[in-house]
Amino acid sequence: MNDLIRRYGVTITALMCLLVAFWLVMLVVVPNITLFEQSFRPYLPVVEVGGPKDFYSFGNYAKVFDGSIERTFFGYAYTIPVHVMTFGLTIWYSIVVTVACFLLAYPLAFFMAKIANPKSLPTLLLLLFIPLWVSEVLRAFAWWIILAFKGPLNALLLAIGAIEAPVRWIVDYDGVVIGLTYTYVLFMLFPIYNAISSLDTNQIEAADDLGASWWRIHMRIVLPHAKPGIASGCVMVFMLSAGSLLVPSILGSTTSQWFTQTIDQWFKDALDWNTASAYAFILLLLCTVFVSIALKVFKVKLSDIAK
Amino acid sequence: MSAKIDLDNVSCDFGSFRAVDNANVSIEPGEFFSFLGPSGCGKTTILRMISGFINPTEGAIRIGGKDMRGQRPNQRPTALIFQNLALFPLMPIWENISFGLEVRGVDKVTRRKKAEELLELVDLKGAADKMVSQLSGGQKQRVAIARALAVEPSVMLLDEPLSALDLKLRQHMRAELRAIQKRTGVTFIYITHDQGEALAMSDRVGVMSQGRIQQIANPRDIYNAPINGFVAGFVGENNIFDGKAAAISGGMAGFETAYGTLRARINDDAKDKALRLYVRPEHTLLSATKAAENSIPVTVSEVSFEGAFISVLCHSDDGKLIVAELRNDGSATVPDIGTKLHASFDAARAALLPDANVRG
Ligand SMILES: Nc1ncnc2c1ncn2[C@@H]1O[C@H](COP(=O)(O)OP(=O)(O)O)[C@@H](O)[C@H]1O
Ligand SMILES: [Mg+2]
Repeated sequence: MNDLIRRYGVTITALMCLLVAFWLVMLVVVPNITLFEQSFRPYLPVVEVGGPKDFYSFGNYAKVFDGSIERTFFGYAYTIPVHVMTFGLTIWYSIVVTVACFLLAYPLAFFMAKIANPKSLPTLLLLLFIPLWVSEVLRAFAWWIILAFKGPLNALLLAIGAIEAPVRWIVDYDGVVIGLTYTYVLFMLFPIYNAISSLDTNQIEAADDLGASWWRIHMRIVLPHAKPGIASGCVMVFMLSAGSLLVPSILGSTTSQWFTQTIDQWFKDALDWNTASAYAFILLLLCTVFVSIALKVFKVKLSDIAK
Repeated sequence: MSAKIDLDNVSCDFGSFRAVDNANVSIEPGEFFSFLGPSGCGKTTILRMISGFINPTEGAIRIGGKDMRGQRPNQRPTALIFQNLALFPLMPIWENISFGLEVRGVDKVTRRKKAEELLELVDLKGAADKMVSQLSGGQKQRVAIARALAVEPSVMLLDEPLSALDLKLRQHMRAELRAIQKRTGVTFIYITHDQGEALAMSDRVGVMSQGRIQQIANPRDIYNAPINGFVAGFVGENNIFDGKAAAISGGMAGFETAYGTLRARINDDAKDKALRLYVRPEHTLLSATKAAENSIPVTVSEVSFEGAFISVLCHSDDGKLIVAELRNDGSATVPDIGTKLHASFDAARAALLPDANVRG
């Protein structure tokens, strides 16, 4: 702080602090607190707001348990509230996306950090970044076109003989998983790339010299070293996927429903901001809990990730 | 267990740059062999070729008589100790040491036992469960050696392993390394840019400059009979005189210089090259009277006390610096600055040498 004042003078320092404070308080803290407060109050006609029916309760939160449907799981039939199921599927497919991102990003990150010629690295990074210059909406629509039943992907696969009949890609959650993986894979790539770059190549060579196989070098040397990077990539991809609305809306099928879409429906279709807020906080809270548990299980400290 | 290593006309190019040029050397089983040379002369490159991380552009490397071309590092009977050690920081010491055994599918109990044995061998008992970050520089050094020894290599390759240690520890580790080598009987190939280290530890030394091996000999011959000016200069100090050789006979030659004709040893094969006269400061004598031969009048300009010896800096009449070293054993009288004396040397102690053997 003193350093800032010395460097920029009192006026500019004060201005900077004020702007940051404004951003934090007005754009982050206040809206969240407002929604949080609203989430405990019932959705009422305007005239009744502040009236006797307007009291705090967990009623909005309890709505996730309304309206059950029948399901079978490996022949075992059970009933489950629709919104709970949506939530469970959202978490499950977010995990699938996270794993898919990891499987794609780890080899690429290793290649970039340890194998690629350092001279060609800027070109490689540029190629990876170019898609980010296009808006997320356009990219999602592009995938929608690519994955269409009579779209280019099927045409290509048919042409090279990889498939015999066109495949329906946008069924169930498939389109969503593909779209989310594509959208968020870079959030996995860069933390892992950073982590692997910081690994001394001599350690890989030392393990090699001692006779370690390729697989063991990765399991014992590279992966443990990259664990914080992998963890932070996974947390980011998981949270972003679970919180994504755009991709599930565009690449979803008739049978896919993302929890954010449910929240969106409460906001926009039902115009019930109170319940929508409650659902949003459920998502936030449970995802945070889930991630914390996952970090515990994989023995990663939060401070390692922050590095 | 140890093996012979042969390098036959080995060269290594990085693009158009030749890092190692036509290296030929035979290293005996159980020998402690050092490559000595300034930074960038190609020492690490030679070591990496022997261990299999890079392939020679030309020539063959044989270990125990077997051509190593196409053999991966993990298929060679070598163990490399990296310049920065490259210990695994996320494993405890004993897992570091037994990593090579883990790779070979040895069970945990045996691995642990072997690690404890090796820790005892390198004088580090009780460190098995510590982490790498808890050890001092010298201790890390020992762990690296133990880790390499665990796979029972026939050849240990050490890349400037002591360069990160402070002076006292370095001297201690020299003796330690040498003792470990004797105890295990493994062939050691040791790389260093420190001439003291190479001379003190090795059975033989290969002195390198700009990718070429200049001379291979035992430490005494390297110091006392260097083959060229580079070797003479790299392993010790010299007073150097320019001139022209004449009247060569019986391994001795007259050398015409600005200070008259000096006499010195000459090698037969050096006759036709451009030569200079090299004499070590400790072989340069100072006296009040003119010597019978190789005598140059000088004026003392500075005396510097170095502990074991006293270095006397003199200038000849035309300003050339000539250094003489007197042993600090009470026998020599230290001259005063400004004294006029005669510097001289025994012809048998001086040599006429060509410059370094370098490309074009
Ligand atoms: N992978 C490489 N690519 C290009 N040049 C290299 C490479 N490795 C080493 N060199 C060059 O080869 C020369 C010898 O290097 P090195 O064997 O590491 O020297 P030393 O170990 O004796 O200091 C140096 O000039 C170095 O720049
Ligand atoms: Mg080196």
